Amino acid sequence: MSVFHSALSSADLLGLFAHFLVLSLLAVGGAITTAPDMHRFVVGEHHWITDAQFSASIAIAQAAPGPNVLFVAVIGWNVAGPLGALATMSGTLLPSTMLTLFATRWGSRRSETRGMRAFTAGLAPLTIGLLVATGWLLARPYVDGSRAIGALALMAISIAVMMRTRASPMWLVGLGAVVGALGWI
Amino acid sequence: MSEGEPGAVPRPRPASLADLYFTFNRLALQGFGGVLAVAQHELVERKGWLTRAEFVEMLALSQVLPGPNVVNLALMFGDRFFGLRGALAAVGGMLVVPLVIVMALTAAYAQFSHVPMVAGALRGMGAVAAGLILATAAKLAGSLRTSRLGAPLAGAFALATFATIALLRWPLVGVIAGLGSVAVALAWWRTP
Repeated sequence: MSVFHSALSSADLLGLFAHFLVLSLLAVGGAITTAPDMHRFVVGEHHWITDAQFSASIAIAQAAPGPNVLFVAVIGWNVAGPLGALATMSGTLLPSTMLTLFATRWGSRRSETRGMRAFTAGLAPLTIGLLVATGWLLARPYVDGSRAIGALALMAISIAVMMRTRASPMWLVGLGAVVGALGWI
Repeated sequence: MSEGEPGAVPRPRPASLADLYFTFNRLALQGFGGVLAVAQHELVERKGWLTRAEFVEMLALSQVLPGPNVVNLALMFGDRFFGLRGALAAVGGMLVVPLVIVMALTAAYAQFSHVPMVAGALRGMGAVAAGLILATAAKLAGSLRTSRLGAPLAGAFALATFATIALLRWPLVGVIAGLGSVAVALAWWRTP
């Protein structure tokens, strides 16, 4: 099988690209807040990858150095190889990048206006709701599994350490890898 | 802000596009589980290219705009010093090498996913990743107490967003357009 063989037809690849194009402009609060909708599209609607593959994609990106947005490329790769990664990554980055470049010069002069402040204040609670939804959907496959207690304990430890200490998340990711490799999850 | 003050020393700034590229490359490669904390440390404390207040201002804008926060931050930062070329250098520095690494990991994982220890390790990391995101949400939820909407209303919007997305699985477009416009309108009404 060639590296550039894709499991999807060109039409499906284009659909994947188009879906991520739209999500890009909705990703207020970061790309991860659109993860639930990516899940709905690639797992629920099209069955291109499984629930576990989706969670693994995010875990791989989290385990590697770099911005979290790279999980988008991993999902694309798992759906349709390198072309899939190209479709999801360029779809995610192009619209938001162009908008940011235009809006920065426009918005920085208006950051204290009523409209701008209302926009920020109005969308802030949605951003937080979306983050909780993302955490919830990522946690689901582990909580439903046969070793739910280990996974729940690991999540609780992660949350407690992040809330109460300034330790780097890197150590927790490492702890998760060790605990998981030992088969406790 | 303090540019006009007497005796102000010239502020450090990126020397060249290459300087910008390698600085963002360096901070991205240190960021396991997210780059934001490292970016603050490198740009403000180590390089002195931004004051703490400037960093917060830039971060707020990058969060309001759609797209990955740290990528937006890199775009704004690069644009400020070198225009479009600077924006591309900063984003390139942040994404290119980490992208190659994560793709290599993905390809390697496909070969080893049937090994129970590898699959288990990834499951463990996935559970931690879920915990990290929930912890971030919990930390940021504190900021809703001072929301212009008032804490109860802001909490209700957060809860409604969670319920429609995670439980009802509604498409994000509709939720942002519907709930978002109501929330922004209410915030507008309550903004002096």
